[in-house]
Amino acid sequence: MPKQANSTRRHFLGLAGGAAVLGTIPVVTLRPAEATPATLAAAIRNVAGEAVVRTGKVKLDVPPLVENGNTVPMTVVVSNPMTPDDYVKSIHVFNEKNPQPNIGNFYLGPHAGRAQISTRIRLADSQKIIAIARLSDDSFWSASVDVVVTLAACTEEAI
Amino acid sequence: MASALINVPKKAKRGDIIEIKTLMSHIMETGYRHTAAGEVVPRDIITNLTCRYNGVEIFRADLFPAIAANPFISFFTVATESGKFDFEWVGDRGFSGTASASITVE
Repeated sequence: MPKQANSTRRHFLGLAGGAAVLGTIPVVTLRPAEATPATLAAAIRNVAGEAVVRTGKVKLDVPPLVENGNTVPMTVVVSNPMTPDDYVKSIHVFNEKNPQPNIGNFYLGPHAGRAQISTRIRLADSQKIIAIARLSDDSFWSASVDVVVTLAACTEEAI
Repeated sequence: MASALINVPKKAKRGDIIEIKTLMSHIMETGYRHTAAGEVVPRDIITNLTCRYNGVEIFRADLFPAIAANPFISFFTVATESGKFDFEWVGDRGFSGTASASITVE
């Protein structure tokens, strides 16, 4: 008899444990997963398609060490003339570990005079930031910067 | 309610490259934050900024939650003629804001 009781208890505990595990899985999947290399690659493919993205021409200016990830100044400069035949069409900025791989898309034209944009971004973790420029001949150029973030964005609770 | 700050030079010489700075007050709620009770705070961001120079679109941006609150965006353009810059922000929950600035080109 005692043996029987013991086994039911074990059985019960096993079931409870299983239920607990099952219960936590949805919670884990509901949490916004960070952008993985796969989602980052997909986001870049959305912009560049099958085109080759070469390194160069783009200068991505972000402080290498960031204290507060909630506002990080960022400047992207593309060293390309801005003439009616040869200009920068757009600048796309991506990140590696925020909940979403996209940061922003900026569409320029030959009338911009200078292919440069500045904004302030959020960074949820120390990570790599990638800027891609699309030129008028549909070639793609990129630059990436590694940033160390001390205080991450998105982690604090809303009031 | 929506308040915007625009910085455009008042005067420029024809052909000058001028910098345009824009700032829109907005919470830019990411949709990834939780309240103390564990509920997700719904996303509320500005998704688009468009700038027109005398009616012609010269700059457009798609914004994502990774843009910091009160989005500041600056860009450049060539001063070609006197006229007006019109800015328009569009966002979640029907948010929309406009602003304009004029320039004299000599």
